[in-house]
Amino acid sequence: MTDLSLIRNFSIIAHIDHGKSTLADRLLLACGAVTEREFHDQMLDSMDIERERGITIKAQTVRLNYPAQDGKTYVLNLMDTPGHVDFAYEVSRSLAACEGSLLVVDASQGVEAQTLANAYHAIDANHEIIPVLNKIDLPSAEPERVCREIEDVVGIDTSEAVKVSAKTGIGIDDLLEAMVKRLPPPKGDRDAPLKALLVDSWYDPYLGVVTLVRVQDGVLRKGMKIRMMAAAAAYDLDKVGVFKPKPTDVPELGPGEIGFIIAGIKTIADCKVGDTITDDRKPATEMLSGFKPSVPVVFCGLFPADAAEFETLRESLSKLRLNDSSFHFEAETSAALGFGFRCGFLGLLHLEIVQERLEREFNLDLVTTAPSVVYKVKMVDGTSMELHNPADYPDPMKIESMEEPWIKATIITPDEHLGSVLTLCQERRGQQIELTYAGTRAMAVYRLPLNEVVFDFYDRLKSMTRGYASFDYEMDGYEESELVKLAILVNAEPVDALSMIVHKNAAESRGRQLCERLKDLIPRQLFKIAIQAAIGGRVIARETISPMRKDVLAKCYGGDISRKKKLLEKQKKGKKRMRQIGEVEIPQSAFIAALKMDSR
Amino acid sequence: MSAAPLGVYVHWPFCKSKCPYCDFNSHVREGVEQARWRAALLRELEHAAREAPGRRIETMFFGGGTPSLMEPATVAALIARARQLWDTAPEIEITLEANPTSVEAGRFAALAEAGVNRVSLGVQALETASLKFLGREHSADEALEALATARRHFARHSFDLIYARPGQTPEAWAAELERALALAGEHLSLYQLTIERGTRFFTDHARGGFALPDEEASAAMFEQTQARLERAGMPAYEISNHARPGAACRHNLIYWRYQDYVGIGPGAHGRFAVGNAKQATRRASGPEAWLEAVERDGHGTAETSTVEGQDLVEEALMMGLRLADGIDRATFASVAGTDPVEALDAARLEPLVRAGFLEIDATHLRATSAGRQRLNALLERLIA
Repeated sequence: MTDLSLIRNFSIIAHIDHGKSTLADRLLLACGAVTEREFHDQMLDSMDIERERGITIKAQTVRLNYPAQDGKTYVLNLMDTPGHVDFAYEVSRSLAACEGSLLVVDASQGVEAQTLANAYHAIDANHEIIPVLNKIDLPSAEPERVCREIEDVVGIDTSEAVKVSAKTGIGIDDLLEAMVKRLPPPKGDRDAPLKALLVDSWYDPYLGVVTLVRVQDGVLRKGMKIRMMAAAAAYDLDKVGVFKPKPTDVPELGPGEIGFIIAGIKTIADCKVGDTITDDRKPATEMLSGFKPSVPVVFCGLFPADAAEFETLRESLSKLRLNDSSFHFEAETSAALGFGFRCGFLGLLHLEIVQERLEREFNLDLVTTAPSVVYKVKMVDGTSMELHNPADYPDPMKIESMEEPWIKATIITPDEHLGSVLTLCQERRGQQIELTYAGTRAMAVYRLPLNEVVFDFYDRLKSMTRGYASFDYEMDGYEESELVKLAILVNAEPVDALSMIVHKNAAESRGRQLCERLKDLIPRQLFKIAIQAAIGGRVIARETISPMRKDVLAKCYGGDISRKKKLLEKQKKGKKRMRQIGEVEIPQSAFIAALKMDSR
Repeated sequence: MSAAPLGVYVHWPFCKSKCPYCDFNSHVREGVEQARWRAALLRELEHAAREAPGRRIETMFFGGGTPSLMEPATVAALIARARQLWDTAPEIEITLEANPTSVEAGRFAALAEAGVNRVSLGVQALETASLKFLGREHSADEALEALATARRHFARHSFDLIYARPGQTPEAWAAELERALALAGEHLSLYQLTIERGTRFFTDHARGGFALPDEEASAAMFEQTQARLERAGMPAYEISNHARPGAACRHNLIYWRYQDYVGIGPGAHGRFAVGNAKQATRRASGPEAWLEAVERDGHGTAETSTVEGQDLVEEALMMGLRLADGIDRATFASVAGTDPVEALDAARLEPLVRAGFLEIDATHLRATSAGRQRLNALLERLIA
């Protein structure tokens, strides 16, 4: 139990690659939480994939003891937050558990799209914000220019910005002092009924379900009986602890403190993130405000490349979900791809990460169908439905109208690339809202249909600006739109895995493009293959693959049959990676390549 | 039946030089101890007679490598010993593969004397530039001489050509084919050049050193070859083999019909019935390893197994569908224990029949000429 005035709860927010995790590591080192020998990059990012991609996916927390110049020892609770837009939800959760933020900006790069998005989240959470200019040791650092940018674009005062180099340690002591002096201590009443915010929970193979909490009022004590107010369930508290960064037991957690509890909870599904934890014997009357539940915005089908791996995929998805309640999955059957799952994600990066983890950690080979967003369909009969799978597209005659989700996107780019960025946004049905300049960089704010963004928008943006543009978005409501289902037929058989919902005006070009691409991807076969793109019954594009003319081993040497058997074995292996559509065998690689849509 | 028919294959693994397209078990050695090799081959032949006893030999085939580099005395000894070990069909076919160089042609008289009654000459091309590209040691003129010599000594002869070579146009091949027909006796083997792993061509090709004619051009050449040879009275009886009626290579027919044969020499394969089971044997392929094994154990067998069930059906189908006559259903059933049409998945078979790639009648299952031309894809549909 720590005196409230000696606690500082803070988050570090930054654009990707601006050094957030390095700064966190440096603070750990400065406060003796890790030794020089243990110090390695991104201590807090425990997943390989986080360290490799240089991003933080799950929020992490660590408690630091800092002996300040005023002679007192402060408890600093660091909540590390994910930097990417897809995890905005996790960011807002972490921010809600703190009173202040360090806004880290790369002094050689300046404000980027996620700097802005995260700063707005912190402002929304009423945080005291300390601007931190990182990488000050780089010869290309321009702290004055970047400070001006922060003032112009983000609109916060930089007169007391702290200049640091997380890499070398320059300015870290100043930063710690600034945190103690400028960040507000938490408020709370030790004697009031217990109210603790359930910030996050995950499954740990050794500890079971670990629940991260922030105490507002009252005290969490080992052995007490707690109650989850929204879930209306009670548990005995087995363990109370803090991360230093290793999990360390403490007897209790008081107001303003952040730590974890272990309470015989079976699955993380029983932990409602944002729930209020109270004392079962002396419950609070009111709940904390909590969070909005996360809503998946991007869906796709995940199918095992080898049909025999369906059960493995199911188990793997269940295991992943233990630690990531933000993605959803349900069984789905595709005529083309067999048994698989329809999965919902917070965004495209989230989708990619889950897919990559499945392939890497669970050794699965996956076919991923084209990502889709959630459409709202009003039917003629007055009912309505949400559509996130083109396969469920109803009979068009019964559709009254459809709506699609829009986003508000912020793109910051060096101005020499602005022309092509604006063209890209226009092509994707974008509506310009704002265009401003800060020095040699431009900030464009656009409204865009999310549907247009899930198709390789980000990849194209990165390649056309050589990686210099940054991009962030927030959901911005639904609008009615003329949407059609584009079907792909192979020898008149529809290939469900390749169908997609597109805007009427884009249907023809996308259909033509898919047909052309499939023509190159499907190898010649014994039979002629017709590839068609159709809307309803109307064919809008067509390609033909002529049948193969010759495919034979000319030689057959002596009595050595093994050579021919080797070919047959190879064919048998290949067959497992084929999907049969009528008489046509489509290699699974063709699906993957065809679905990597590229607008050129 | 006490005297079930049998083919005997003898492998001679040595060549003067390695051809860049060849991935057979062939090796270049400085001087081969002929007497030692003769003794070893004879010992393994005796072993083979113990493996498949009480048969009647229908055919013998000396392949390689370059068996025309064997001393005729070795060939004579092997033929004589085989005749002692097994009963022999009166019309036995004894084939030897030969390179058409003057040196080797000089041995034809002695080889005929030894009992060889059919030669297959590796002419490969009729123009000198192509022969050079293929790494052959003979010239076109030398090949013609060798052919003339073969004609004098052997009742039956055949020669091989490799076509669909880099840069070869259908027109150029048509002209070469005309010259070949003028020279041909009763049999021609016409192979399209294929690039095999483990050859110099594989590396050259992968590095872009040369390109093969594309699928369209090679298909055109294949079709043109079929049509021309048919007109000449030498239709294909197998994908790459053409003969006048009754002049097919009976030894190779044994393989394609999935009948019994024993193999001796490095890397030789055998398939023969032992009781009701089909036995598969493979000899060690390294020449020295084989030689030592034979001298130590009396044979160089590296692997013996029984082919059964689906494996056996697949092997018999892969071989039999190469033949224009196709698979004799009754014979197949007697070997595989099941009718071939019954053994196949009707759902796979039916579209292939409907599309005209396969034919089924009361006695045979066969691939049509369109089917044989695409046999790899056909087999993939049928049994992969």
